[in-house]
Amino acid sequence: MNALATPIIRSLRQPKGAIAGGWLIGLVLLAVFVPLLSPYAYDVQNLPNAFAPPSGAHWFGTDEFGRDLLTRILYGARTSLSVSAIAIGLSVTVGMCLGAAAGYLGGWFDRIVTSIVDLSWSFPEILVALILVAIIGPGVTGTLVAIGVAYLAQFTRLTRAQIMAIKSETYVEASRSLGASNVFILGRHLIPNALAPVLVSAMLATGDAIILEATLGFFGLGAQPPTPSWGSMMSSGTAQLFKAPWIILFPGLAVAITVIAINLFGDALIKSLDIRSRMRAA
Amino acid sequence: MTAGPLLRFAAVSRRFTSPGGWFSPARSMTAVRSVSFDIAKGDVVGVVGESGCGKSTLARLALRLITPTAGSVAFQGSDLGSLSPRALRALRGKMGMVFQDPYASLDPRYTVTDVLAEPFRVQGDSVTHARIDDLLDQVGLPRAMAESYPHHLSGGQRQRVGIARALATEPDFVVLDEPTASLDVSIQAQIVTLLAELRARRGLTYLFISHDLGLVRYFCDRIVVMYLGAVVEDLPDTAITPRHPYTAALMASSFAPDPALRRAIAPLKGEIPSPFNLPKGCAFAARCPSVSEQCRFEVPPLVAAQDGHALACFHPLGT
Amino acid sequence: MTLLSVENMSVSIGSISPLNAISFALERGEILALVGESGSGKSLTALALTGLLHLIGGRVTQGAIRFDGVDLTTLPEARLRPYRGKRIAFITQNPMTALDPVQQIGPQIDIVSRLHLGLDARAARARSIETLTQLRIPDAAAICQSYPHQLSGGMKQRIVIAMALVGEPDLIVADEPTTALDVTVQAQIVHLLDNLVRDRGLGLILITHDMGVVAQIATSVAVLYAGRMAEAQEVNSLFRTPAHPYTTALIDCIPRATMQPGELTGIPGTVPGVADYPPGCRYHPRCPRAQDICRSDIPALRVIAGGVVACHFAMGAT
Repeated sequence: MNALATPIIRSLRQPKGAIAGGWLIGLVLLAVFVPLLSPYAYDVQNLPNAFAPPSGAHWFGTDEFGRDLLTRILYGARTSLSVSAIAIGLSVTVGMCLGAAAGYLGGWFDRIVTSIVDLSWSFPEILVALILVAIIGPGVTGTLVAIGVAYLAQFTRLTRAQIMAIKSETYVEASRSLGASNVFILGRHLIPNALAPVLVSAMLATGDAIILEATLGFFGLGAQPPTPSWGSMMSSGTAQLFKAPWIILFPGLAVAITVIAINLFGDALIKSLDIRSRMRAA
Repeated sequence: MTAGPLLRFAAVSRRFTSPGGWFSPARSMTAVRSVSFDIAKGDVVGVVGESGCGKSTLARLALRLITPTAGSVAFQGSDLGSLSPRALRALRGKMGMVFQDPYASLDPRYTVTDVLAEPFRVQGDSVTHARIDDLLDQVGLPRAMAESYPHHLSGGQRQRVGIARALATEPDFVVLDEPTASLDVSIQAQIVTLLAELRARRGLTYLFISHDLGLVRYFCDRIVVMYLGAVVEDLPDTAITPRHPYTAALMASSFAPDPALRRAIAPLKGEIPSPFNLPKGCAFAARCPSVSEQCRFEVPPLVAAQDGHALACFHPLGT
Repeated sequence: MTLLSVENMSVSIGSISPLNAISFALERGEILALVGESGSGKSLTALALTGLLHLIGGRVTQGAIRFDGVDLTTLPEARLRPYRGKRIAFITQNPMTALDPVQQIGPQIDIVSRLHLGLDARAARARSIETLTQLRIPDAAAICQSYPHQLSGGMKQRIVIAMALVGEPDLIVADEPTTALDVTVQAQIVHLLDNLVRDRGLGLILITHDMGVVAQIATSVAVLYAGRMAEAQEVNSLFRTPAHPYTTALIDCIPRATMQPGELTGIPGTVPGVADYPPGCRYHPRCPRAQDICRSDIPALRVIAGGVVACHFAMGAT
């Protein structure tokens, strides 16, 4: 626990890390407590009040159905953040298992995993995700699986590289000389030492996943109406780009600032963990 | 199982093969070639040689961290290769190993307590704080160090932790793989003294791997000299004058810390050939000052004399 | 004229001062060994002598480095350049990293004589081959065409020594030149350095932790401890009658064939870091002879029969 908390606290002490971390924590809190904070519902239409520009009553204005934009962005944050985080979480879990097994066992298993990973590595994530959504069908589940699979190659590769490097460390040999089993060595030495770079790269990938989720939403393949998502909100804003630019502007800013914040915080983590050289293996 | 040796190498060989790539053929080298000798209980056997002589591979073969490609290693009479994984694990509690680099041999995420508890956890046991304190006392580390991480310790302190780990399960036999090679001479002397004390107190048997003949002559009861994977000379007593030209050259290459003993240096010519393409005859022939035609075509066998002094040379010194 | 004399030199890196009041001297045809444990300041002294301190952000704050009568510490960078690499050559510890892996050996040696002697490409190569041949490296022309990874460790160290010799230096500073090598190859290099100094009348500063090598080839020895001089003596008297308890302890750390089990003792504790230098004599926490005065007063460097020593209770000095 300490090993996890210390670098996070140290990152928050750096100016970049503090600003980025502050934004992310604030956004999550707002998204969680938005039903208590906002007087508006995200899905109740108020057509007479459509296209209202930003004002004291509607800080970010309203959309084409007269719904409060700020409220919808905060509800949208729930979708965007949770879908991205859960998808990356699944991806990391599976990728670490595959990568660790491939890196530790080697042999034919490693060759098969590496070939598949290299094959999918040569396609852009968006292409992989689009193909998968086309197969599974649009919606939150489809997006989740699509994003998870799209990033699987990255985590498998990184974990495999880390395990291969750590496997030849003398302390692993020392553990073996004591009679340690493969499971013991993997669980007590290899995975704990490989964890830091993988978790940081997962953090950075969550930023990319928010963009991917927004992209799928923009094409109408993500969360279906009336559930708000940043991508679908931007998509509906394109039609009113000149009439009501705030409809596309504010969700777009939410995506941009959140992704920048995640990257800045990831950088701060890399610095406080002192693992810059090890991140390059990705 | 009373009179037999504690550890026996019986014609042990180990080949390493690097798989060929798309454009390179597979290559193989024999790191250890048909090595046979016994280690009696309570002895300190030193194995000396330069890089590529196979001494580190031999250390790992002794503990079956590497499996031999031919021959066998027996510990207390039982062939390590014939044991079930469970039996081998139980036996590992009776053997220990100390590694060369005290910086790399400790997991950076483990505290000293974690390191010392690992030998017990591996065997499925738990360990008490009293036992950790006892281990720290034995290697001369303060008990307050128990919660330190390796990066807080000096090289000498880390090596003491490494020794404590090797001794945790009260082994009979410990392999020391150049335990002082990456330490300052002042610390080397501390560690060697500690190892000698522990041996006297607990009746340990050591296999001591080193490139430093001077250190081996001080610390060991018996010296085995290796060159390119094979034993060239086995001196049952450190006082015996070596007769193999390579052993003699090794001795001449380490200088006594006394200007009064200064002598003309007559260094060996050339360097150790690549183990990937060994010469046909004696591996030392190309550098040997007393080489003959026979040496280039025939491998000299290791022959033991009455007193146990064995050597593999057609033209030993002093004849 | 004395080839090199270091007088009361102190070095700072930022706000710390890891080297204080270092003094020793060296004549042509002599080998001065600098000895001490890691952290004693040996390598830092080498950087100071070769004018490379600025690379690690350090500078000489006090004292002088007099080379052939010229105080190098007062020279501006531009006037220092003809000394560095030409008159004072530096051999680093690890021959594996001293050579550029993607360049052939030849050009790496040629560049020294092109820079310092102003030779053209052809003359420079001829000189490189001549130097390699003088070091009895067989087939020097072919070696020039090869890359570092094709050569053995001992051969690479010989190349590095050749690079040092091409500029016809008066002084060579060698930082642990044999540590990374095998024992029999180490003997070859020690033999080579010994002959070079004798045949060419060079001065050699040999930084090493191997007291055996020191006893074999050094003319005189300076012992450093935690950034200060412990003692400096002519080699025979240093080994016969070491004045400083630290020198005695260092010599007793070397296992000898004549030693009985238990005679090897080592030195308790470790060298303190720059931030933890104790007051008084820096060796007092590890010293068997330490008294109250050692804990409070820094011992001055004073002249004894064979050299100088900095100890309140030096052996053989009254």
